[in-house]
Amino acid sequence: MTTMETAPSAEHPGWMGKSVKRIEDARFIAGRGNYVEDVVLPNMLHMAILRSPYAHAKINSIDSSAATALPGVVAVVTGELLAQHKLAWMPTLSGDTQAVLATDKVRFQGQEVACVIAEDRYVAHDALELIEVDYEPLPAVVTPQQALEEGAPLIRDDKEGQVDNRVYHWEAGDAAATEAAFAQADRVVSLDTFYPRSHPSPLECCGCIADVNPASGKATIWMTSQAPHAIRTVFALVAGLPEQNIQIISPDIGGGFGNKVPVYPGYVVATAASLLIGRPVKWIEDRTGNLISTGFARDFHMTGELALNNEGKMLGLRVKMLSDQGYAYADAQPSKFKAGLFHMVTGSYDLPAAHVITDGAYTNKAPGGVAYRCSFRITEASYLIERLVDVAAVEIGMDPAELRRMNFVQPDQFPYRSATGFVYDSGDYAPALDLALEQAGYTELRAEQAARRASGATKQLGIGIASMTEALGAGPSRDYDILGIKMFDSAELRVHPTGKAILKLGVRHQGQGHETTFAQIVAHELGIPPTDILVQEGDTDNTPYGLGTYASRSTPTAGAAAALVARTLREKARKIAAYLLEVAEEDLEWEGDRFSVKGAPEKVKTIQEIAFAAYTNHPQGMDAGLEGVKYYDPPNLTFPFATYLVVAEVDVETGEWKPIKLVAVDDCGVRINPMIVEGQIMGGLTEGYAMAAMQQITFDEDGNCIGSNFMDYLIPTAWETPHFDLYDTCTPSPHHPLGAKGVGESATVGSPAAFVNAVVDAVAHLGVRNIDMPVLSSRVWEAIHHAQG
Amino acid sequence: MNITVTVNGAARTSDVEPRMLLVHYLREVLGLRGAHVGCDTTSCGVCTVVVDGLPVKSCTMFAVQVDGRSVTTVEGMASNGQLHPVQAAFHEEHGLQCGFCTPGMMLVAAAFLEENPAPTEEEIRWAISGNLCRCTGYQNIVKAVETAARNMASTEVSQ
Repeated sequence: MTTMETAPSAEHPGWMGKSVKRIEDARFIAGRGNYVEDVVLPNMLHMAILRSPYAHAKINSIDSSAATALPGVVAVVTGELLAQHKLAWMPTLSGDTQAVLATDKVRFQGQEVACVIAEDRYVAHDALELIEVDYEPLPAVVTPQQALEEGAPLIRDDKEGQVDNRVYHWEAGDAAATEAAFAQADRVVSLDTFYPRSHPSPLECCGCIADVNPASGKATIWMTSQAPHAIRTVFALVAGLPEQNIQIISPDIGGGFGNKVPVYPGYVVATAASLLIGRPVKWIEDRTGNLISTGFARDFHMTGELALNNEGKMLGLRVKMLSDQGYAYADAQPSKFKAGLFHMVTGSYDLPAAHVITDGAYTNKAPGGVAYRCSFRITEASYLIERLVDVAAVEIGMDPAELRRMNFVQPDQFPYRSATGFVYDSGDYAPALDLALEQAGYTELRAEQAARRASGATKQLGIGIASMTEALGAGPSRDYDILGIKMFDSAELRVHPTGKAILKLGVRHQGQGHETTFAQIVAHELGIPPTDILVQEGDTDNTPYGLGTYASRSTPTAGAAAALVARTLREKARKIAAYLLEVAEEDLEWEGDRFSVKGAPEKVKTIQEIAFAAYTNHPQGMDAGLEGVKYYDPPNLTFPFATYLVVAEVDVETGEWKPIKLVAVDDCGVRINPMIVEGQIMGGLTEGYAMAAMQQITFDEDGNCIGSNFMDYLIPTAWETPHFDLYDTCTPSPHHPLGAKGVGESATVGSPAAFVNAVVDAVAHLGVRNIDMPVLSSRVWEAIHHAQG
Repeated sequence: MNITVTVNGAARTSDVEPRMLLVHYLREVLGLRGAHVGCDTTSCGVCTVVVDGLPVKSCTMFAVQVDGRSVTTVEGMASNGQLHPVQAAFHEEHGLQCGFCTPGMMLVAAAFLEENPAPTEEEIRWAISGNLCRCTGYQNIVKAVETAARNMASTEVSQ
């Protein structure tokens, strides 16, 4: 395994590129984490949610009298009660609306209908069974194709001016130029594919504990939120509470993966209930509630067409996508781009022309979709192009690695403006591909594949490649905002008199290792050891404003802010050192953790000595202290890339398959902590495998959700998950202060296509061209038999 | 119902509702919050604790079922201020990210190593396959268990 390490030097005293063991581990391995469910307040009540059994139904009446009468029940909250406080509906992060508790109708199975507030969690759940709801079932719309048919039942009849089930129509690229490219093409290949509905399913479900002080009006809400500051502002706007009286605290979070970005009805009802009752109210979601009602992902029906010449040069790309949004458009994504960053679909390839047409439709399903471990729908885009390239390779009889290589954006083309409007910051794709091929033993694998094909072996070999490029790290704020809130991020750094420090950030980690990585950034810039730096996130009263942790944006934004604020403090430290050493500032040299006098290296002041002086002996006329705040608005996204190579063995008689080798070459620029980066990549690869092999949420024709627990919604265990071989190349971002790019999601974005390409490649000689995810054994078997007639 | 349970070596007596789940008893009555709840259906294993030496999923067991028995939770893994070798190895090998599955995963690993002190990678993967992790991709968890096995073996030799 290779890792990029910056050699220790005066400028780099050894904290960059070091696999520092995680500082945050201590509490987790002792069972002393502090997750939302661990928060217990005196006099606390418990909330449970009654959910709709129907996908689409009119509510004639709700009788909660028996539930209210149950000893221990304090209140039953219904949509009608919330409506009296104008809280029955709330905005989504895409500017649509969704019900907090249903009033007129239920629009998906699992929709929140009423909440019981009780002294005890068991009693709260008992009371749910005593609530009688008179539903009048309505026909359910369960696919976006159905939804857009003439005469389809209108799902959002609550919205003025909404005459059909269309959510949006959005295009990117140049239609005319793309038509012209296709007119000149020797070959056009196409692929129809469905990226199924999936669910991020962090092992900790959502929850909150809302404590509204009836005397002061201060609302303190502990919440499973990846974006606490944004949530505070949304709460202020929705509930009309003064923002200084809202404190959102995201304590330790048991995984997020995009699922914990949106505002969910449970948070709002618990807060409203605490406000009305005057006691703390705790809501902890159960797994079924999490799976059937919170942010799902994917559910894109896609058609891609690729125009090529006879030599394999790509000339143009035409894409149509239809998205199943559920009953509310609730993507957590920049408002300017209706289908997220799906138009990043040209991927790693120099495509002179591209045109992308996207449509979204309402259906009777849970609202969504969140970007599940990806930067705003790039996962779907990456899957489409990487599958399409493989289809093209088979159709024109080229090696898929060669076809990729000859169409890559070349190093001298950066910064590269794509046909759909992205400006890629840096990249060098061929070395990553070559390294993957070399490490996998590509030539030998192809020979082995040919031998097995020739012998008609039961177990055929497939090699799947995906060379993905991602766009992540939003802002820049000129293009990226959520509900008008610009996507920058921030860091506040205070160095204490004894030379220890606290770094406060607007992002919120959920396992990404920020308490170590961001401490290393400050250590790199100031020379204070990481273990002397406390990294604080998640408490809106005690951290500067920021948009949170998702879409691999923390290192590109908050990481940059941390580096820059530390550099500002270093400049102040220089002034203090000059004063202490009685020399001019320009006579000082920075040695990683101290200033020395040029020509007199024995005369030094360490950062710790300078920090002490900042509070005890600072120059007159200068502000005391050593602290600062930096808001960082990135000039561009960062564009990490990777090649993932999967070798799969497929039993052509049963359709069973398994990945037998996985080589990942990731280039995310400069790696601050390689151990943590590799941990992120392995987690991402596993979720890529999960989607390729097993994860899916389906619905029957009545809109009943199939996949409402972990016995029906399958998540890979250690047993199925393959072993990973990781490698890297390093192409720094030219605009990030540390040369770093985001990485947390790259492998989830890129690897699904590699798995599917591997399985299809194994049976391509039998005539199979596509198998949609999840690639179940039954689907492989069917595809072989269908192709063989 | 009155129950007496030995929890992490100390006898605890409590009056609990017969329907109270073991995980709620540990978390809410005894204040031991290392066991979590993740799925409610015995699928994910974040609630795993060890009862009389065997890992069990405490979301699918009633508190009254452990009356008279011995329960070990993550809070009982360290002894005399020293981390259990499995805890130390999870830190050393970056075997955890969000930490939510970690207590259950470590307890399963520790119980497994009692039974099989020198396991293969395949045996480890099978042993922990009742516990889900969404963050790590398992590879570093497997490495952590291997490291713990090595360290436990060398400690025994030196003793």
